[in-house]
Amino acid sequence: MQTLTPILSTITAAFLASLVEVVEAFTIVLAVGVTRSWRPALTGAALALAVLAALVLAFGPLLALVPITTLQFAVGVLLILFGMRWLRKAILRSVGVIALHDEEAAFAKETAELHRQAGDRRADYLAGLASFKAVLLEGVEVVFIVIAVGAAHGQTLYASMGALAAFVLVMLVGLAVHRPLARVPENALKFVVGLMLTSFGIFWTGEGIGADWPGADLALLAIFAIVALASFAMVRWLRGTYPQAAGGLAR
Amino acid sequence: MNVIRLIAMEFFGMFVDDGNLALLALVLVAAVTAWVKLLALPPLLGGALLLVGCLAILLLSVRRAARTNRR
Repeated sequence: MQTLTPILSTITAAFLASLVEVVEAFTIVLAVGVTRSWRPALTGAALALAVLAALVLAFGPLLALVPITTLQFAVGVLLILFGMRWLRKAILRSVGVIALHDEEAAFAKETAELHRQAGDRRADYLAGLASFKAVLLEGVEVVFIVIAVGAAHGQTLYASMGALAAFVLVMLVGLAVHRPLARVPENALKFVVGLMLTSFGIFWTGEGIGADWPGADLALLAIFAIVALASFAMVRWLRGTYPQAAGGLAR
Repeated sequence: MNVIRLIAMEFFGMFVDDGNLALLALVLVAAVTAWVKLLALPPLLGGALLLVGCLAILLLSVRRAARTNRR
């Protein structure tokens, strides 16, 4: 159980976080493919993946040079910042303070932009650029997530497997339905991912300063439970104290 | 060059959304680390402080956002 806990939590965190990012990138690539043509859509996406691969190859080996406690501390701090940002947004979306992310709306916006550019003689280039940017920017987050949740415990392979599974799943479903994956409960996913990344961050930063957590890796589950309970309590409290257009956790 | 700038901006944006939240989180980590390393606070207590501190900072941040939104 003590060995399985970090492996399962690493795969789950990488899978869920990557799922959200891949869905968002897929929406834009699909919009480009359907509205303009698949050539710029796939060329842009492939170029972005090549840039991401180059980044991983360039910076990945440097991580092996960093002492493990320093790496845990640095990655832990970054995960606290990254995870709490996701968690904050997910909480605020749950109580209706900020709008839920809507894949149909993102698709419609991108499609409208591409239609506006249709008369431009650089239309193919602009369409390819949109696809490139979407995959690159969402991909940067996926690369960080894989490195962050994997590197501190030497589980980059498991984290990569989680991300790859998310990529394959989105591609398979996306190719089957051929439309934006608007039914993916993005905010609920982001809520869970925010909880997981924040918990990882606190756990590793703690290890980085020398904390010997009781129960070793099982402490991660306890931290997750505490962060989750506190976050749900915040949602409840905010709904009661600042009643706005309550959105709900379902989406 | 634009690609590098784009990636750098995206990378920065990944960690900083609400500037106060990011700043307070960094101050918390720095304070706890200094307390553990320089003033011999037991590291486990430092870890517990991190947990409580992060939740307090999150609460402050979402409360401020909800208040601002109501006005």
